[in-house]
Amino acid sequence: MYWLKTRLQSFFHYKDLLVQLVIRDIKIKYRRSILGYLWSVLNPLLIMLVMTAVFSQLFNMRAPNYPVYFLTGQVMFNFMNEATTMASNSIVLNAALLKKSYVPKYIFPVAKVSSSLVNLLFSLGALWIVMAITGIKLTLWFLLFPVVILELYIFSLGLGMFLAQAMVFFRDVQYLYGVAVTVWMYLTPIIYTKDILPAWLQNVLNWNPMYYYVEQFRCTMLYGQMPEPFLVLGGIGFALAFLLFGLWAFRRSQHKFILYI
Amino acid sequence: MDEIICVNNASVRFNIASERIDSIKEYFIKLMKRQLMFQEFFALKNINLHVKRGESWGIIGVNGSGKSTLLKLVCGILKPYTGTVELRGTVAPLIELGAGFDMDLTARENIFLNGAVLGHSRKFMKEKFDEIVEFAELQGFLDMPIKNYSSGMAARLGFSIATVVRPDVLIVDEILSVGDYAFQKKCEKRMNELLSGGTTLLYVSHSVESVKNLCSYALWLEKGEEKMRGDATTVCDSYIKALES
Repeated sequence: MYWLKTRLQSFFHYKDLLVQLVIRDIKIKYRRSILGYLWSVLNPLLIMLVMTAVFSQLFNMRAPNYPVYFLTGQVMFNFMNEATTMASNSIVLNAALLKKSYVPKYIFPVAKVSSSLVNLLFSLGALWIVMAITGIKLTLWFLLFPVVILELYIFSLGLGMFLAQAMVFFRDVQYLYGVAVTVWMYLTPIIYTKDILPAWLQNVLNWNPMYYYVEQFRCTMLYGQMPEPFLVLGGIGFALAFLLFGLWAFRRSQHKFILYI
Repeated sequence: MDEIICVNNASVRFNIASERIDSIKEYFIKLMKRQLMFQEFFALKNINLHVKRGESWGIIGVNGSGKSTLLKLVCGILKPYTGTVELRGTVAPLIELGAGFDMDLTARENIFLNGAVLGHSRKFMKEKFDEIVEFAELQGFLDMPIKNYSSGMAARLGFSIATVVRPDVLIVDEILSVGDYAFQKKCEKRMNELLSGGTTLLYVSHSVESVKNLCSYALWLEKGEEKMRGDATTVCDSYIKALES
């Protein structure tokens, strides 16, 4: 308990640093562009339009409202991908800071996952524009979407912390992970629906955490119904398991970072 | 009783692999060939340092003698391999001025970022903003990205941010060499003010004169071990004598 208390105190003490790091990421992203922050919504919207046009034509899916089906999956997967990829570089890229001053090291992966969360909120704006255009009828289950995002945030944080500490010792991680994410994306029902898969692959999906988050998210946005309990429990279970695993791996090796960055 | 820095029998060990291994392939090849040998290298060996509140210590020694390692150990950047390090109070580490600067952000934004790195709240930084800018003499350059600053200007800003509060411990590592003469004097003056206000100082410099000026005690390190300690003037004089002989 004492350990937890001091940790929380130090986290509270450095919350302004976390905020500053997130602000920095967002400011730098659109600096020197004329439309500035408008890009935050415009960029995902344009990409969505292109992807939807391409995939609706190529894969003539029977899913009702395919654009929203595809985009809900895409937005969630993109957030996870961006958050974990940026978090994996966060320790190595902040080497100068870590070598010269004392700051809690976990603040960097947390900041990166949090700035991705801000980007996700902008993408959601774009998604809602598409939903309005295609005339989706919302239900009260819509209000559940922050819970799904929180689950995915925790999951990404855990995975991001694991990758960040692994990256310090082996820079190969970034390339391996890039390949893994591509495989992962095709194993998640984003552009296709689950029922076109052979039975054995459908079973494999039960071991894919992203499947739980994407489906829950679709329940709130597209289907307008309660997510099945096994999706919710699975989502929370994976999130907590990955968070604990990430924290454990990070805590175990963080004292050695300074010798390798 | 009032010891603010307590370094007990601390050693710092680095593993220097004969080559730097940072890819999995290399790691496995070396592992298979049983070449995964690390040379152990002690950057600090059995160092004891007990500093009382308000004392000022200079740390001297040739390059590679472990001076900066000792400062990083005290700040908490490095963990000791054996022994313990304790620091009771707030610390302002001036190990490299503006280490937390982001080159793409403007000076204004960097003041808040760097303040946050030092653990200050945004509200506090807002209150102190004018004071920082005034001391750094950078009015008119505030909305310029730091990458367009000269190293002296960046150092001025870094020093100004780090010393805006009166920390319990000020840790200074050879930083004043970049500024111009006038600014060096200004920094020494600010450090003397802090010292007379009760701040404890750990100071690393190659300029023996400034160590004699600022510090009352000195620790002489050689190859990671303590060579001599005591009154600043005595230690500095023997150090100079040893270098000249």
